[in-house]
Amino acid sequence: MAKAPARAKSEPPVTNRPRPDEPHPYQASKEELLELYKQMLLIRRFEEKAGQLYGLGFIGGFCHLYIGQEAVAVGLQSALDGEKDSVITGYRDHGHMLAYGIDPKLIMAELTGRAAGISKGKGGSMHMFSTEKKFYGGHGIVGAQVSLGTGLAFKHKYSNDGGVCLAYFGDGAANQGQVYESFNMAELWKLPIIYVIENNQYAMGTSVNRASAEDQLYRRGESFRIPGIQVDGMDVLACRGAAEEALAWVRAGKGPLILEMKTYRYRGHSMSDPAKYRSREEVQAVRDKSDPIEHAKALLEKLGVKEDELKAAEAAIRKQVNEAADFAEQTPEPEPGELYTDVLVESY
Amino acid sequence: MAIEIKMPALSPTMEEGTLAKWLVKEGDTVKSGDIMAEIETDKATMEFEAVDEGTIAQILVAEGTDNVKVGTVIATLAAEGEEVSKAAPAPAPAPGAKVEDPEVAQEAAESGTPEPHLVETGARQMFEAAKHDAEVADPEVPAGTEMVKLTLREALRDAMAEEMRKDDRVFVMGEEVAQYQGAYKVTQGLLDEFGETRVIDTPITEYGFAGVGTGAAMGGLRPIVEFMTFNFAMQAIDHIINSAAKTNYMSGGQMRCPIVFRGPNGAASRVGAQHSQNYGPWYASVPGLIVIAPYDAADAKGLLKAAIRSEDPVVFLENELLYGRSFEVPQVEDWVLPIGKARIMREGKDVTIVSYSIGVGISLEAADELAKEGIEAEVVDLRTLRPLDRQTVLKSLAKTNRIVVVEEGWPTCSIASEVAAFVMEEGFDDLDAPVLRVANEDVPLPYAANLEKLALISAAKVVEMVKKVCYR
Repeated sequence: MAKAPARAKSEPPVTNRPRPDEPHPYQASKEELLELYKQMLLIRRFEEKAGQLYGLGFIGGFCHLYIGQEAVAVGLQSALDGEKDSVITGYRDHGHMLAYGIDPKLIMAELTGRAAGISKGKGGSMHMFSTEKKFYGGHGIVGAQVSLGTGLAFKHKYSNDGGVCLAYFGDGAANQGQVYESFNMAELWKLPIIYVIENNQYAMGTSVNRASAEDQLYRRGESFRIPGIQVDGMDVLACRGAAEEALAWVRAGKGPLILEMKTYRYRGHSMSDPAKYRSREEVQAVRDKSDPIEHAKALLEKLGVKEDELKAAEAAIRKQVNEAADFAEQTPEPEPGELYTDVLVESY
Repeated sequence: MAIEIKMPALSPTMEEGTLAKWLVKEGDTVKSGDIMAEIETDKATMEFEAVDEGTIAQILVAEGTDNVKVGTVIATLAAEGEEVSKAAPAPAPAPGAKVEDPEVAQEAAESGTPEPHLVETGARQMFEAAKHDAEVADPEVPAGTEMVKLTLREALRDAMAEEMRKDDRVFVMGEEVAQYQGAYKVTQGLLDEFGETRVIDTPITEYGFAGVGTGAAMGGLRPIVEFMTFNFAMQAIDHIINSAAKTNYMSGGQMRCPIVFRGPNGAASRVGAQHSQNYGPWYASVPGLIVIAPYDAADAKGLLKAAIRSEDPVVFLENELLYGRSFEVPQVEDWVLPIGKARIMREGKDVTIVSYSIGVGISLEAADELAKEGIEAEVVDLRTLRPLDRQTVLKSLAKTNRIVVVEEGWPTCSIASEVAAFVMEEGFDDLDAPVLRVANEDVPLPYAANLEKLALISAAKVVEMVKKVCYR
């Protein structure tokens, strides 16, 4: 890691409170790992393509890429029960949607603002939802998804539906006041929620230690009695293992939990960020030493997966992404009449 | 000379109360800070403390007495050294049913001696105007429907309770809504009936719980989020607008947010600038929201029920000064009113007065005054601020050719401005005079009684503006 290296263990700061067990990396079978690898690769290639389409003018506005952070969404969401659990995140949301198996065509067409996009072209990169998959967005206001996710967890408990909410936010959002208002209520009411802090080291251009008095973000729940675990967010199996442990804790009715995922974004905060606040060497060092996809690939090779098989997977993903891009470029824009639909549900 | 202990006013709108319990008896010695009695108002039960030291000479109003007017001498206190028997019972008559201001109330509560002085304030003026028992038209009630008197707060509570009985996805959350029974007693009794899973006390964290409610609505529940006042909802306005109002659109109609944000809005009595603001125009400017601001109890009940059933996010603006006011409410099985429909409160042919919330009461009083001078005013209650019922306003204008808009709120970028704009756009040919506005002064609401009075709307100002548009 570039700044503060992920520790092998996040020692309990207060020992007399119950804590979940220290998670272990998930013991994946060859097939499972291959699947996780493919999902991460899909996100990587999809985001690279989105960056390219942005440069060509097909995508406008803000576009926040997930490149470098793939292991987090893939590792965590692979542990969820898609029938019951809900996911909510901020504006860097493409990866979480892809990790949930949402069709890349629908996502890419939303990025290009087309009628076939998952929000009919009316949401854009930051505002995408799939109620069918229990993916609740896609929110553009930093930190809003933390309160909203707490509300989803409230719903799980109120309806007693057995679900858990996974609410993602960044190291920047971790300083927002509403995060702590939500922590307080979630612990007070023992809501089934996992707060996932994706600490990619930079809140836009401000490094975590320039903005956070306590930069060990997994400790941020301490004054609310919410335990936190720091996880190597560049290792998909560590992410999955942490999710398993967290889910066991939350499903047992013990209330919320914080997972701090130490990760890194390779690209700028958004497409319009020249990233002058860090050196090229810093980024390159992470790419060389800690890339989550290369890491998984090396593990697969150790497990005896043939290079041919990996190449075939890569080719299939490239094809899928190119098809999504072609579709997103060609499918029509929304009808002008769509301007006035969906403002309200009912007529008055 | 014995010290008279008088029935205190414990809230700005309290006129009378129940002397629930005496905690002292004749002959007891009290010192300042001792709790002497429990007094019940329509809002709450409060403890009444002694301020002076002495011996209780006489208890003049027995415990359990209802409707004790504010200012009635309820006991006498013999000061130290004074003989209890000589402490003459002062047969002071109750100084009428006067509404006391908080400062007067406090003074009265703190000391038995000084005569409460009646301070004329703008809020009292509005409150008195809203007491106005005008005949109001309501074509929506079938002839022969039994009517029952309900206070605004009871009507609101009944609306919530009825909807909670029908639909178990409906729940109430907010500060002091459960155990305390509501800061303004609007949620009184709901905890007992529905339990703590559906009537939920929150910490004082408006931003957080507005977000939690919004998220729960996105997840499929039907939350009613109470703000103790809409002034505090400023902390939460991001979720009301950015999360609740916009999500249906941003998701291409996938993700709904059926939530009601409700609470008192507008000026209360003498609470100063930070607690006295009308947010109607703010929320009414946001596409994706429904904004309702009822005047009377029947509308409050019927529209709150409609709001809870709506698939859209609703901002429901109540008025604290009106909470204790009784109005006729139709006794029908399921009293639900249409959102987005104005109501003709009083018919007239000479001028249209358009208003909403407490402004309607003031407009009705002004209409009475005007009638004495031969001007028949038609009073239109907008009821819903978004979407605005333009048709009803324009139809009335076509009849009267003159419009005055009355709004308890700032004039700039107001509902009144909006009415003036659409009347000009769509009803220009019907206008025989410019549209005039009666709004609060364009200043933060001052505390001083005289300044508050100058700042708020009054029936006299309405009368003046109506005469202007009638060229009288």
